[in-house]
Amino acid sequence: MEKFIRQQGLVAPLDRANVDTDLIIPKQFLKSIKRTGFGPNLFDELRYLDEGYIGQDISKRPLNPDFVLNQPRYAGASVLLARRNFGCGSSREHAPWALTDFGFRVVIAPSFADIFYNNSFKNGLLLITLDEDTVDRLFKEAEAVEGYRLDIDLEAQAVITPSGESIPFEVDSFRKHCLMEGLDDIGLTLKDQDAIDSFEKRHRTERPWLFRDGKTA
Amino acid sequence: MASQTLYDKLWDQHLVKQREDGTALIYIDRHLLHEVTSPQAFEGLRLAGRKPWRLDANLATPDHNVPTSLKERAAGIAGIEDETSRIQVQTLDDNCNSFNIEQFTINDARQGIVHVVGPEQGATLPGMTVVCGDSHTATHGAFAALAHGIGTSEVEHVLATQCLIQRKMKNMLVRVDGRLGTGVTAKDVVLAIIGEIGTAGGTGYAIEFGGSAIQDISMEGRMTICNMAIEAGARVGLVGVDDITIDYLYERPYAPNAQQWEAAVADWRNLVSDADAEFDKVVVLKAEDIAPQVTWGTSPEQVTSVNGVVPDPAAASDDTEARGITRALEYMGLSAQQKITDIKLDRVFIGSCTNSRIEDLREAARVAEGRTVAKSLKQAMVVPGSGLVKAQAEAEGLHEIFLAAGFEWREPGCSMCLAMNADKLGAGEHCASTSNRNFEGRQGFGGRTHLVSPAMAAAAAIAGHFVDVRDFAPIPTNNTQVA
Ligand code: SF4
Repeated sequence: MEKFIRQQGLVAPLDRANVDTDLIIPKQFLKSIKRTGFGPNLFDELRYLDEGYIGQDISKRPLNPDFVLNQPRYAGASVLLARRNFGCGSSREHAPWALTDFGFRVVIAPSFADIFYNNSFKNGLLLITLDEDTVDRLFKEAEAVEGYRLDIDLEAQAVITPSGESIPFEVDSFRKHCLMEGLDDIGLTLKDQDAIDSFEKRHRTERPWLFRDGKTA
Repeated sequence: MASQTLYDKLWDQHLVKQREDGTALIYIDRHLLHEVTSPQAFEGLRLAGRKPWRLDANLATPDHNVPTSLKERAAGIAGIEDETSRIQVQTLDDNCNSFNIEQFTINDARQGIVHVVGPEQGATLPGMTVVCGDSHTATHGAFAALAHGIGTSEVEHVLATQCLIQRKMKNMLVRVDGRLGTGVTAKDVVLAIIGEIGTAGGTGYAIEFGGSAIQDISMEGRMTICNMAIEAGARVGLVGVDDITIDYLYERPYAPNAQQWEAAVADWRNLVSDADAEFDKVVVLKAEDIAPQVTWGTSPEQVTSVNGVVPDPAAASDDTEARGITRALEYMGLSAQQKITDIKLDRVFIGSCTNSRIEDLREAARVAEGRTVAKSLKQAMVVPGSGLVKAQAEAEGLHEIFLAAGFEWREPGCSMCLAMNADKLGAGEHCASTSNRNFEGRQGFGGRTHLVSPAMAAAAAIAGHFVDVRDFAPIPTNNTQVA
């Protein structure tokens, strides 16, 4: 996983609540058995005017000129500003894969759906929850000022605006640690192998019907 | 011990290790797999040189991509016309073979939607932790199992370690008191709940469903309700154990054997919230107030009763909501104040992990019996949730009722719930669907989904537009004319 410590990025505002994972990456692209290559189809139904399918020549597709990510001023954005309940719906990890593949490293919103939240941190995508009023203010600033950039300092847990204002955010310490170190959490869990073994042994004795392999504890 | 909620008990029973940073290692008893969210996880295992921790915890079946037409199904995986779908189903098959994971393959009689298959086999048991790379894993909470969807990284994590890193959620109780009216089903209950608390209302919570109306509902109805907990933002839905739970599980293939049964049942009896357990939030609905529900928008919370009207953005509580309503009306091709019963339909879909079990099909068949699908409809299809549901329905003659009425009778799979196979809506088409998500494009590019119960979907198919199923008296048949 790619580390995240501190990064400045151009902000793209996506003014819409309840952006679901079907919208982030439509189902036809989930047929891929890889983790990469989803960026061109991020927000496919919003970005293009035609229907997308897997293996298409993207360069020939008609773009929706009204969609925010198609506007030249937001090209190269790495911070996505969004509204409440971002990432609701399915558990598809293809959603954060598509966002990071496109180039986003940070999403800021008033709230996120639980599974999406989990999936994002496992893929080096930092999600920042700020209150509705603050998000609303950032929307106004990002829309008003071309080239609006935010400085995201994970270590200090602060979003720093161009005027120098520092907006603090919360992030749980385990996720922060993994993101800053770029850690693989399977490796971390396996350090507790003994604890898992002994739990499993006890569990098997107490509730043998949960195990079907015929082994006894 | 202090009094506990059902969720608290399940959490404690699976706590391997509490870490200082507030996260915990939770042991996973059952891991269900399907073809869409597992390939990258198996690849990850392979790349890291890791092996599955415990094989017998895993059970796989292909469901999202499998075709539902007999023609395509007949030749098994090789018969899947769409190449990318075929590769994905083949990849699951290869991975299960090479890692030695039990799979109900594409044409196994037990194949089906993973959330129908698990409970049907007794592979979901009270007191288990159940996970799957699919958000509707919440379904299994109907059995007092701690069940939730996970992403692909977590699929890999569970395969490799039999554990997940979790943080404890908060407790919410949604109580439905009283008795449901005739023609009002579990689907209407859960849609009404989502309408009440919103699609983010349950974020961060495990929701337990209780109250007399829930206690009266069958296991299949409880699964329908827990299935859509995720549409209320909650990863976990739960119902406490009672006789209905235990009776359902008796003699299922994966349920405890005869020697273990008594001990298991004694253990399961504890899987209810203590009478004085405290919840962080309590929501109460009256069953009598719930009418058959229909969604009009592009989020499950955009729902009203069949006798209602499409709302006016001007009446929204804030700007974001007003914009949401306006955009939804535009996408759905509806206008404010339009009557729900005036919405005309192009297609009807009865299926999905929400409503494709035998009781759902019986409910729809009861309405369809002796009637015909409206001529104005392009298609009405019934897709059973599993091979065993299909066989049961055929044994009862339900398929004949559907076929006679003009419905298509398909092979089991997810089908038009998310349209990853050939079953999908055309742009602008309205569909009455028994599935769980009415998101833009979910059932096909530009498609317009209205979520309803199986009985309401069948009635809408007959009428060509939405109707209150309570006005649809059953047509007397030889079977029902017993003097
Ligand atoms: S039926 Fe629909 S919601 Fe259920 S698992 Fe399949 S695609 Fe997902």
